[in-house]
Amino acid sequence: MKPLSRLLPFLLMSLSLHAAEPDKARQQELIYLLKQDCGSCHGLTLKGGLGPALLPQQLHGKSLDYLTTTILDGHPGTAMPPWRGLMAENEARWLAKALQRGVK
Amino acid sequence: MLLWLALSGCASLNGGAVRGTGDLGVIIERADGAVSLLETTGNSLLGRVSGLGDLSHASVVYSRDERYAFVFGRDGGLSKVDLLTGRLAGRVMQSGNSIGGAISQDGRWVAVSNYTPGGVRIFDAETLELKADIPSFWGEGGKRSKVVGLVDAPGEKFVFSLWDAGEIWVVDVSDIDAPSIRRFRNIGRNPYDALITPDGRYYIAGLFGEDGMALLDLWNLDAGVRRILPDYGKGERKLPVYKMPHLEGWAIAGRLAFVPAVGRHEVLVIDTEDWSLKRRIPVHGQPVFVMARPDGRQVWVNFAVPRNDTVQVIDTQSLSVVKTLKPGKGVLHMEFEPRGEQVWLSVRDRSKVQIYDTATLKLLRELSVRTPSGIFFTDRAHRIGL
Repeated sequence: MKPLSRLLPFLLMSLSLHAAEPDKARQQELIYLLKQDCGSCHGLTLKGGLGPALLPQQLHGKSLDYLTTTILDGHPGTAMPPWRGLMAENEARWLAKALQRGVK
Repeated sequence: MLLWLALSGCASLNGGAVRGTGDLGVIIERADGAVSLLETTGNSLLGRVSGLGDLSHASVVYSRDERYAFVFGRDGGLSKVDLLTGRLAGRVMQSGNSIGGAISQDGRWVAVSNYTPGGVRIFDAETLELKADIPSFWGEGGKRSKVVGLVDAPGEKFVFSLWDAGEIWVVDVSDIDAPSIRRFRNIGRNPYDALITPDGRYYIAGLFGEDGMALLDLWNLDAGVRRILPDYGKGERKLPVYKMPHLEGWAIAGRLAFVPAVGRHEVLVIDTEDWSLKRRIPVHGQPVFVMARPDGRQVWVNFAVPRNDTVQVIDTQSLSVVKTLKPGKGVLHMEFEPRGEQVWLSVRDRSKVQIYDTATLKLLRELSVRTPSGIFFTDRAHRIGL
């Protein structure tokens, strides 16, 4: 058996990777939530509705931090709610990145 | 499905035999841009019509002969579906982004409420030809508001609310070539949806931007808009609203009306004699649809994400929840059969439609329908505001 001290760096690396990006199953859940639940205001195809469109061209020029914060904390005074209770910070960031790239 | 495949080449869903349409309806398949056709006598699916565009948040009204369904898509598409032949009878792309529609009292005009560009467009129900265009201008500089809560009203009227502007407009289409518009301003911040009482007298808009609702008495337009329930929940912290509630139809029992509270796990009970708040009924989550069985004895409630796997039944005599059902994740809509003995529920994430007996509250049947959302039966054709 290898001593723990030799495994530790790998364990830490896998932990930080985990913090950076949700696993594949959770990614699928987040995309489903995006389409179905965010979609009730932003449209199933993200072309907008009561809320604005969320296609890459509309998000151009908005920073990843801004988008992540908007998902987590909402926009007070508007219909955009805080989603913090339903997803973690790294998950919101992953979703924001996916939106910037464009979600099929 | 096999039946449908076998019959799709025929001119009629039932091989040309004569049939009525009073027990028919459609289910929106939101992810596929299709509707399933159904009948409520044997509780079965008859067929499917596709090619209807983006049907997230789609809704339906019916022609007065209960033969045609007008389907309002999110992408601005207005489709006319023939329930007897199972075919598309017409389709126009009438805006970039729309939210719902209504059919006029005489059945001649179909109105669509649009987000982009904001306003209402009115079409000939026969030909889908554009007859009137009513842009929802407000404020300075030619801004157009998103339009919500569009309903028909007696006297050849359409009534709707302006989300951004906080206004209610009453449009008289007696002369379709020259519709007359009456505007009511400062009705409250961000009306999100509206309903009209079954007699067509009161139009009530729910407000997202503040507590309370806006009430317009269509028999006394000069009295203007009045605010009701302005104080309920004052000082209490609202929960995040993950889905806008809907005000569809009118959940009414005797003199009591039942409406969803915004940002709270409550159904509000209003006394329609004086429009005061009579009771706040605690429920499982934030209500989305609050719908009365046609006889008014029960009110069924579904909920916003993340609690949308549940449906609760409220007894309107005791004003308490008598049953909690767990149909599965994504319960999006409920529709009662015309006399209320059964109710259909769409369970989106399981791709099922469930049918319950409303007396025993037992599940009778489950049908497979891909990502079902709205369910609409043809008896809506003869109900004011639907």
